[in-house]
Amino acid sequence: MLSLSAFTRRFLADPTAIGAFIVVAALVAMAVLAPWIAPHDPYDPLQIDIMDSEMPPSWMPGGEERFLLGTDPQGRGVLSTIMHGTGISLLIGIGAVIVQAFIGVSLGLISGYRGGWIDSFLMRLADIQMSLSTLMLAIISLAVFSAAFGPEAYAQYAIFFLILVIGVAEWPRYARTVRASVLAEKKKEYVDAARIIGLAPRIIMRRHILPNTLTPVLVISTIQVAEAIVTEAALSFLGLGMPVNRPSLGSLIRSGFEFIFSGSWWITLFPAIVLILLILSINLLGDWLRDTLNPKLRRGED
Amino acid sequence: MALLEVRGLEVAFPQGRRAEALALRGVDLDLEPGERLGVVGESGAGKSMLAFAILNLIAAPGRISAGSIAFEGRNLLDLSSDEIRKVRGDRISMIFQDPMMTLNPVLTIGTQMVETLQAHRRIGWDEARKLSIERLAQVAIPSSETRFDSYPHELSGGLRQRVVIAIALLTDPEIIIADEPTTALDVTIQAEIMSLILRLCRENRVGLILITHDLGVVAEATERLMIMCAEKVVEEGPTRAIIDTPDHPYSRGLLAALPQRSERGKPLNQIPGSMPGIADLPGGCAYHPRCERAYAGCHLEAPALEAHGPRRVACFRPLLEKAEA
Amino acid sequence: MTVLVETRGLEMRFALPTHFLSREKPVLHALNGVDVAIHKGEAFCIVGESGCGKTTLGRAIMGLLAPSAGEIDFDGTRIDKLSEHARRPFRARMQMVFQNPYASLNPRRTVFDTLAEPLHHLRPELSGAELRKMVEVVMLDVGADPKWGRRMPHEFSGGQRQRIAIARALVTDPEFVVADEPISALDVSIQAQILNLMTKTREERGLTYLFITHDLSVVEHFGDRAAVMYLGQIVELANVEVLFDGPRHPYTRLLLEAIPKLDGGSFDQEHQPGELPNPVKPPPGCAFAPRCPLANERCHRERPNLSVTGATQVACFAVEEGRD
Repeated sequence: MLSLSAFTRRFLADPTAIGAFIVVAALVAMAVLAPWIAPHDPYDPLQIDIMDSEMPPSWMPGGEERFLLGTDPQGRGVLSTIMHGTGISLLIGIGAVIVQAFIGVSLGLISGYRGGWIDSFLMRLADIQMSLSTLMLAIISLAVFSAAFGPEAYAQYAIFFLILVIGVAEWPRYARTVRASVLAEKKKEYVDAARIIGLAPRIIMRRHILPNTLTPVLVISTIQVAEAIVTEAALSFLGLGMPVNRPSLGSLIRSGFEFIFSGSWWITLFPAIVLILLILSINLLGDWLRDTLNPKLRRGED
Repeated sequence: MALLEVRGLEVAFPQGRRAEALALRGVDLDLEPGERLGVVGESGAGKSMLAFAILNLIAAPGRISAGSIAFEGRNLLDLSSDEIRKVRGDRISMIFQDPMMTLNPVLTIGTQMVETLQAHRRIGWDEARKLSIERLAQVAIPSSETRFDSYPHELSGGLRQRVVIAIALLTDPEIIIADEPTTALDVTIQAEIMSLILRLCRENRVGLILITHDLGVVAEATERLMIMCAEKVVEEGPTRAIIDTPDHPYSRGLLAALPQRSERGKPLNQIPGSMPGIADLPGGCAYHPRCERAYAGCHLEAPALEAHGPRRVACFRPLLEKAEA
Repeated sequence: MTVLVETRGLEMRFALPTHFLSREKPVLHALNGVDVAIHKGEAFCIVGESGCGKTTLGRAIMGLLAPSAGEIDFDGTRIDKLSEHARRPFRARMQMVFQNPYASLNPRRTVFDTLAEPLHHLRPELSGAELRKMVEVVMLDVGADPKWGRRMPHEFSGGQRQRIAIARALVTDPEFVVADEPISALDVSIQAQILNLMTKTREERGLTYLFITHDLSVVEHFGDRAAVMYLGQIVELANVEVLFDGPRHPYTRLLLEAIPKLDGGSFDQEHQPGELPNPVKPPPGCAFAPRCPLANERCHRERPNLSVTGATQVACFAVEEGRD
């Protein structure tokens, strides 16, 4: 069990963790504050001028100061679109993980505590789901949604669809992790003590077992956020994700892709760099968290 | 000169960034050939640390910070890792509490025994096999020829520990260090294993360092006894003498707390409080907060281990008068 | 003397997990017909080595396991087949202390929450203040500082945790406590403290104890009557003095001989490896026969039952036939 002070101490001792945290924090702050600090609103048709299209970054010939990182084919400032886009990517990433965690933890708890045929059934379901690639499932479901609801409705609700699809596709990872924890905790005598008092299984699961399974859930959540962001980026890149008028980082990369060879490389490159930075930092943070919270790696320093 | 002479052994572990705490605070130990020595203490007293330190098995970040270990005249701490490997497992063997620490679950017993032999001798597979089967029979494992090809999980706990003993004796060592060899075993199996260890040690003139928390076991099995408290030795001497007339208050406390030594219906003689961790040691004698004989001086200075008749005690007010001891 | 807890013909069988295609369905026989009657106010000990079924017996009595056959009575009422609702009034009266102090307290709850929970659930009529008072009283009873209430289990040593566990068992003011190896995981100097605590609370509250242990010296000190178990059966049952002065069953004798004594002598005799027979395929006849020096042909064929022999009850043909 790690106390808060020991946790903080370890954090401050690890430069990688501090660096990753700073990057993530900066990007999140940038995304959250985008409506106020972005130089332009890229989605206000009144603010964009087609005459500004495809301008290079400000330090290159032809660039202007008001568009620090250049503009895209519609005349939107790349910096502004990145700021807003990061917000969308994070929103989808975190939203999807909330859905995954909710479904996965609930099913994992029930599966682990009840055992028997419920456990077998849910775990086989999880196996089947895990053997299907998330990307493939997402592509199929989104294509179906898109066809069923029509492109306008789809564009409007795309963010919810994405959160839902990525969320539902990845629940098995949480379910398995939680189930493993539940199986271990179930054998411990404090659970017996709770049963002896006569507490109902539902209460034991929620009050006693659940809090003790949360450490692994926390660890995988950070990495799952990164996963979800990448998945969404891939989907957007393939054209199935966020629509053009509310792009995420992935859509930005896509919309700039065709211009790589015609010379306007900045439209794709900058969003790609931001995406890579974001994913890398989240992953590093997640790795550090997993190592720190792993009781078996304790080395006698606390 | 004794077969094994340990002097002033200290083991240190880092505490936070800068400080170190001692997990073993200056231990001396002597063992003659064929002698049986018991090391008794509660958890955290440092007895397992002593065993690992003798074989230089202290894992980083711990380290042996002081002292010498003279085996057959040579200081083991000066040896290179190749040289110490020739000693470890060959001249000094170790038996652990959990047989699964010694036995690899994915290899047959036979393979492991032959491997051990071949690591220390020039010996062919067939001859090693024959020798191993003989040893298995010596530790009374039924149908030793077929058992040679068994996996560890196919044997019960008691049989596994017999296999571990057989492996420990394979190379005809001079000393066996047994760290709580029977703590995890049932009482009837414990009796079997202990009688086996004692017989084999007697027959082959092997020295035994028996580490345990169980005073009954050392009373039965050892000639000399060391009682450890808070990473130091507090009393040392002939087993019979210490058990019958303990000198150090802690020794007496341990013996008196046993239900065997209490009258039915009366409360057990308990020692108040509990042992401090290595980072929280009080000044002076580490036992004095729990000791009924403590006086002002116990807080200022830690008593050194001093001769008191045929034994040695680390106490300013030992129980026995100087003349009696 | 009134009987507080009684079991009759208690059997416990566990189906072992198998590959779903295999035809064999091995069953582990943990309890093979156990009859005990625990009297009010006594310290009843169950002694045995691993695999004898003593822990299973304790858990069955507490309702953690449903028996495969047989009956369990508490204060004259049959409790093994009750619904949760019907069982509730009994729960406050019977409690348990477990072996592992590091696993018996929920690491994520404060000490106070852990102690208050039984009262919350079983005595909902208590006000917050009354509840707090009761928790404080029971903590002082077990030698714990009431200020510990705000702290978490990991801040305490094994001995302290066991005190808290005992407090939890006593907070509902029970009549009957099952203690399953409560001191085996503790240091020797702490064992005495906890045993003394259990004796003191027993005297103060008039508790009835079912004390499960493998440590015979504790039985001799603490117990009134004791039952020796081997492979799911009771092989000898007697008052503790009788058991220690004159054990009749060959297994009891083996057990007593094997205890290391401060005066020496137990390790001189070497014994052949005697292993517990396989609880999945118990031998027909007496379970101890394969290891018994007195076993005859009948012993290998028939199972002896407990029968009164002098001051003790023994399940042994050698004793019955006067061959011991």
